[in-house]
Amino acid sequence: MQKHNLYLDNAATTPLHPDALAAMMPFLTERYGNPSGIYDYARETKKSVDEARRQIAAGINAKPEEIFFTCGGTEADNWAIKGAAEARWDKARHIITSAIEHHAVLHTCQYLEKRGYSVTYLPVDENGTVSPESVEKAIRPDTALVSVMLANNEVGTVEPVSAIGEITRKHGVLLHTDAVQAAGHIPIDVEALNADLLTVSAHKFYGPKGVGALYIKKGVRIAQFMHGGAQENNRRAGTENVAGIVGMGKAFSIAAQELPGEYARVSALRDRLISGIEATIPHAKLNGHRHDRLPGNVNFSFAFIEGESLLLLLDMQGCRASSGSACSSGSLDPSHVLMAMGIPHEKAHGSIRFTLGRHNTGADVDALLEILPPMIARLREMSPLYEDFITGKGQVWNTAKK
Amino acid sequence: MEYSEKVMDHFMNPRNVGEIEGASGIGTVGNAKCGDIMRVFLQIGEDGVIQDAKFKTFGCGAAVATSSMATELVKGKSIQEALEITNKTVMEALDGLPPVKIHCSCLAEEALHAALWDYAQKNSITIEGLTPPKEVHHDGNE
Ligand SMILES: Cc1ncc(COP(=O)(O)O)c(C=O)c1O
Repeated sequence: MQKHNLYLDNAATTPLHPDALAAMMPFLTERYGNPSGIYDYARETKKSVDEARRQIAAGINAKPEEIFFTCGGTEADNWAIKGAAEARWDKARHIITSAIEHHAVLHTCQYLEKRGYSVTYLPVDENGTVSPESVEKAIRPDTALVSVMLANNEVGTVEPVSAIGEITRKHGVLLHTDAVQAAGHIPIDVEALNADLLTVSAHKFYGPKGVGALYIKKGVRIAQFMHGGAQENNRRAGTENVAGIVGMGKAFSIAAQELPGEYARVSALRDRLISGIEATIPHAKLNGHRHDRLPGNVNFSFAFIEGESLLLLLDMQGCRASSGSACSSGSLDPSHVLMAMGIPHEKAHGSIRFTLGRHNTGADVDALLEILPPMIARLREMSPLYEDFITGKGQVWNTAKK
Repeated sequence: MEYSEKVMDHFMNPRNVGEIEGASGIGTVGNAKCGDIMRVFLQIGEDGVIQDAKFKTFGCGAAVATSSMATELVKGKSIQEALEITNKTVMEALDGLPPVKIHCSCLAEEALHAALWDYAQKNSITIEGLTPPKEVHHDGNE
């Protein structure tokens, strides 16, 4: 068997852009000054951090002073939610979020529930979309914050955040959106989104790992999360990850510049892969919204097979992807996102996510379309569920509850 | 998490995949909800020796590998010898499994037992030491 070299897991992380690496290198070597100092070494690193701040701000239509660097998407999500909730503890102890958020949001909300806050987890429809009406219905006089992601990491559905923001503005409730999967891939305008807080993470747009940012709209008060020094305008303590921040700024400005072209190119690859799978593999169901979807996301459930075994076969052929199956996550429950979309357990176990990025080409899509159908056929050949389906004996596939 | 070479070998080149037409005993265990279903087919001679074993499995790499190994181990054994094959035997034969996958080896043992139970039922015999399968799987309902 011919071995490929396919990286189709760009939603998990992306390779560092060479220009971002080049921008970072001086700060890992001779430009080591602590930005808090007053001498020349410090001034030059401070200047570079502020330049990165401008680059991030420009890419989301924010002001530089509204950008705060963190050590990644997880910290920014934690800070936004805990900080907003804590600052409103006296008056408002209710938080609204969705059932399909990343664990950085969900587990933070669960933690706050234990601390005396109440949380509403909004359901989604079969496409993974949160309805703005459901947000409005869930708002109470004591609602402090709504947190709904801009785009989902598993199924790629882009959420109607701008419409949700109109509602939160009307009711005077804060809106946070986790834009980790969206940033650098679809246009983001914090004004158009009506967002008060927005999370981004560098390693999802060809920047380095371990660095992210939280946008905090001017005038929005949230509690401090990291206590210590006076960095980040006294709001986020800790000596800056200068190299990481510089790499993030560079990567984001490149992504913003290339976005229109890349959006069109990658979306076309995505649609080619989706239609290719639908044309060649029976009993395959696309998960997520067909149109309101991240340009690189392809997520399918293949009936009668289990995702981890497909991942292993793909890996043997040099193809890296990911799965919503329980077996690949180390827990016994399949993806909470697919479950919230009403996808039955066994179809959730058979889900696979391919995420395309700037390095992928049409040849990659063709290679995948060549190796995938025989793998599915092979796994179905050994599946008792498929046997039952063919012989009409078992109801395994048809009776699973929503 | 990493699989041993043996596990990968039995996953990539599973032994005994398929069905046995008119099998002496068939056992299906597991459920789609937790992500693993194993079906084991046994062909048992008049002398009580297991002449052939085949399987079909829906599940992860470990589930496929344990099915493959369990059917290998059981061939040529008497019923009593087959009952001595436990999840530990299967796991050891595979050079171990990652901790989160140990339940897969339990399923392999249960599937063998369920097939033997089916054989006993069909032939109205009792097999000493064999208890009825905990849960005879048949649909994805909770
Ligand atoms: C939607 C979403 N939010 C948050 C995170 C966490 O970001 P980070 O890995 O930078 O902590 C991720 C990435 O894993 C993500 O996809």
